[in-house]
Amino acid sequence: MMSDRITFTIDGVEVQADPGQTILQAADAAGVYIPRLCAHKELNPFGACRICTVMVNGRPQAACTTPAANGMIIENETEELTDNRRSIVEMLFVEGNHYCMYCEKSGNCELQAMAYRLSIMVPRHPYQFPDKDIDGSHPDIMIDRNRCILCARCVRASRDLDDKNVFQFVGRGKEKKVWINSEAKLSDTDMDVTDKATDICPVGAIIKKRTGYEIPIGQRAYDHKPIGSDIEEAKATAESN
Amino acid sequence: MSDSLAALVASTCEEFGNDRTRMMDIVRAIQKEEGCVSSETLDLIAGQLGTYRVEVESVVSFYAFLSSRPKGEVVVRICDDIIDEMKGAENVAAAFAEELGVEMGGTTEDGKVTLERTPCIGMCDQAPAAIVNDVPITNLDESKARAIAKILQEGGAPAHLVTTFGHGNNANDLVRSMVTNNIRKRGPVVFSDFSSGSAIDKALAMTPAEVIRDVKTSRLRGRGGAGFPTGMKWDFTRHSTGDKRYVICNADEGEPGTFKDRTILTECPDLMFEGMTIAGYAVGSDAGIVYLRGEYAYLLPFLEDVLSKRREKGLLGTNIGGKEGFAFDIRIQMGAGAYICGEETALISSCEGQRGDPKNRPPFPAQKGYLASPTTVNNVETFCCVARILDQGPGWFAQMGSKGSAGTKLLSVSGDCTSPGVYEVPFGITLGDFLKLAGGENAAAVQVGGPSGQMVGPDDFGKTICYDDLATGGSVMVFGPHRNILEIAAKFMDFFVEESCGYCTPCRAGNVLLQGHLKRILDGRGEMEDLDYMQKTGETVKLTSRCGLGQTSPNPVLSTLKNFRPAYEVLIKEKKEEGFKAAFDIQEALGDSKGLIGRESTIYND
Amino acid sequence: MSTDKPKVATASLAGCFGCHMSILDIDDRILQLIDLVDFDKSPVDDIKEFTGRCAVGLIEGGCCNEENVRVLQDFRKHCDVLISLGECAICGGIPAMRNNVPLKECFDEAYRNGPSVHNPSGEYPSDPEIPLLLNKVYPCHEVVKMDYHLQGCPPPADTIWAALTALLTDKPVELPYELIKYD
Repeated sequence: MMSDRITFTIDGVEVQADPGQTILQAADAAGVYIPRLCAHKELNPFGACRICTVMVNGRPQAACTTPAANGMIIENETEELTDNRRSIVEMLFVEGNHYCMYCEKSGNCELQAMAYRLSIMVPRHPYQFPDKDIDGSHPDIMIDRNRCILCARCVRASRDLDDKNVFQFVGRGKEKKVWINSEAKLSDTDMDVTDKATDICPVGAIIKKRTGYEIPIGQRAYDHKPIGSDIEEAKATAESN
Repeated sequence: MSDSLAALVASTCEEFGNDRTRMMDIVRAIQKEEGCVSSETLDLIAGQLGTYRVEVESVVSFYAFLSSRPKGEVVVRICDDIIDEMKGAENVAAAFAEELGVEMGGTTEDGKVTLERTPCIGMCDQAPAAIVNDVPITNLDESKARAIAKILQEGGAPAHLVTTFGHGNNANDLVRSMVTNNIRKRGPVVFSDFSSGSAIDKALAMTPAEVIRDVKTSRLRGRGGAGFPTGMKWDFTRHSTGDKRYVICNADEGEPGTFKDRTILTECPDLMFEGMTIAGYAVGSDAGIVYLRGEYAYLLPFLEDVLSKRREKGLLGTNIGGKEGFAFDIRIQMGAGAYICGEETALISSCEGQRGDPKNRPPFPAQKGYLASPTTVNNVETFCCVARILDQGPGWFAQMGSKGSAGTKLLSVSGDCTSPGVYEVPFGITLGDFLKLAGGENAAAVQVGGPSGQMVGPDDFGKTICYDDLATGGSVMVFGPHRNILEIAAKFMDFFVEESCGYCTPCRAGNVLLQGHLKRILDGRGEMEDLDYMQKTGETVKLTSRCGLGQTSPNPVLSTLKNFRPAYEVLIKEKKEEGFKAAFDIQEALGDSKGLIGRESTIYND
Repeated sequence: MSTDKPKVATASLAGCFGCHMSILDIDDRILQLIDLVDFDKSPVDDIKEFTGRCAVGLIEGGCCNEENVRVLQDFRKHCDVLISLGECAICGGIPAMRNNVPLKECFDEAYRNGPSVHNPSGEYPSDPEIPLLLNKVYPCHEVVKMDYHLQGCPPPADTIWAALTALLTDKPVELPYELIKYD
């Protein structure tokens, strides 16, 4: 069995992987956090946000889609990569309209949390203030495309976990947007509030109605600990035992 | 719901076996009849194919030549690339707009004509050009534009706009095109006499492994630009596990300034099909696909005819060349206006009836390509080289060209030169020598490899054209001293913003930001720190983008920053004394208000 | 009254004064702050014009009109270090919600069609005392150079305190995780 294990290093630390695991999955299991937004444990890798870009033997690769291989020398937390990540997160902020102060997702938002983790104080890019639409037609769920980061989590969750295909992208380039399986309204689809796709949005683009601000400030997911702490702490716990 | 529409959708889907993966053909065929793929049609197609409405909508919304809204019976698409612009496309567009009485993007009130712009249609050597439905109209000027607009308004068919035909097969009954070949220099590999079947005969006398060995020995590398060794690609494909394998020919020649495949498709399609057939034999495939860009739809009937003649001659089909058990056939997959589909994994997505999104790699197409089967994707010109290599021998081929780049290369030249057209030259020729051939010695700048390549100045004219120095898939655009380098770069950034698929963040969002900053500098509102910003942001896009498009998309900015930095610096003014950021213009910011309120500012009234 | 203590100036542009409230939220530390600095132009002491060069300027709110621009320009002129204080200064904030709406529609809603509007003439007010609106709400750093940005709506008092004391004692502004908040 042991001979099947793949061994490689991330920032000099030896990491083991099972065959078929991606770099990201293996890193998670080893307690090494590689920042990511579109990747999600329950979903197939997608490779859209590019925040998990690491250097694999000197070449840039998305950790979420690249299979781990023996002997890989991976750089994760270098100054260059961290700054690229900041720049990409900042791109996501300026290409949408992200007003944290009135967003129900604030404190539990992975985009915001990533920006906290990377200590972003202001985007280097100019705000685009794009015109995006909102769909409030569904009785229990709202779509606010101002906040969408096009990570395709809802697309994948609805298709692969809910077996429904409520979401898909339309358009391309900067006009690309997440769209629904009906002419115009979410209420005309078979989307249900219990769907996995409802909860899987990393930002406040898909939110349940009448649940905003239920968790008081101070108790939200990222109020005290940076995103990725769970992965890093798992390692710390394992080591202290 | 109209019964006739339902019947059309049903019969069209039926024609393609109700196969979801043939979505491109289905929506193209329906649009041809109906003028668009309407909301109602989306539901009908989804129902017929057992898929989801949003899946169909997703595909239709991706391609520039597909539309969910009605357009005119005739769509005039004016080529929007930099070369056409230099040759007067703006005036042509204005003449069309005025004569038709529509804005760009609009449709005449009677629903007859729609006027649009489209990226490079592969006619830079005869610019300005346009495609009217599927018919290319070249060497346009204002008066021709007005005359064409009149004919179209009076209900004239696009085909009737063509009164004289170009040379060679452009005059073929199945083409009947005014496009001229402009083959300026013939070489031994592509533009030489060829007898159909001769290379297949030689290949079939060998084992597939021997064919691959010969292709490796020839040192042939992919002609699309990336330069991956062809033999190695075939070897991977052959040795990947799969019940079926595919050979795909990338005829989605979309890099602005590239039109060499147009001449191959017109004048030597047999050579290309022969190369594909040999590839089929070598990798163990019985099915080939030519992915033909939508802009070259005018060549489709002709190419279909060449294919059927090859079937008649026993060069396609079963027991090819009398070889028991070797079967191979080719279908042509039409594209629908998306530059990204020139990227091989996006091309495969499109062949599968999906949005033209690139796929994650690994797995590579050689492992899991079309319909998850091992697939080799090669360029039009590469297949031509293959056929010639098998015919003439790998040694014959390998001794041409330069050290790392064997053979010849087709270059398509346009812009400020006296002899625009297609040249077959040996690899290793210096850019300077090549410019002499094309009559472009006075160039102040040359874009080698299209917008995704590099902009070089006279200091680099001693560099050689090959994979290891100045790499190009065939595009060479020449710019004289009177051209504005940064306006050209800005045009290229517009192109990438338009053509990004939007899948990954850096390409989708980053290029918009680079475009904005470049415009800022051109408007005289740049600061020195903006140059650093563009350099850094460009590097982020290059490093982190998901596919070749994104990874090369910042090149117009990065290569001009590197080679033409003074062009930026002269546009950057001294710091504004008022303490404002250079990009901020108070009068512009007050413009709307001043108009609405009807008075000037009392604070900023200079 | 004049001392050689460094001066701090503050202003609220297109903001809600919440960030200024947060400055006051440093509570009794304000006494320590007074030991460190003098306040110059600021709503806190109601000084209307700069009396001299300031070490630090704190700007709340983005720029929604020409008056905001003028004040910001004035601050840039008089302050060594200029800080965007809070979301509105940094990204336009709530006022920037209008950035997706054409200015004419904003005017029509405010002066013609809004439910509580009484304006029989239908004219937009044009008194020169009313500053002209900008075509959109600008983040401060897109108008003049800003040196620091303190996030939050409002930035927590601890964040303001940590940043100010670091700046005034020539230390780098390094905020711990819990002091970087956008809401």
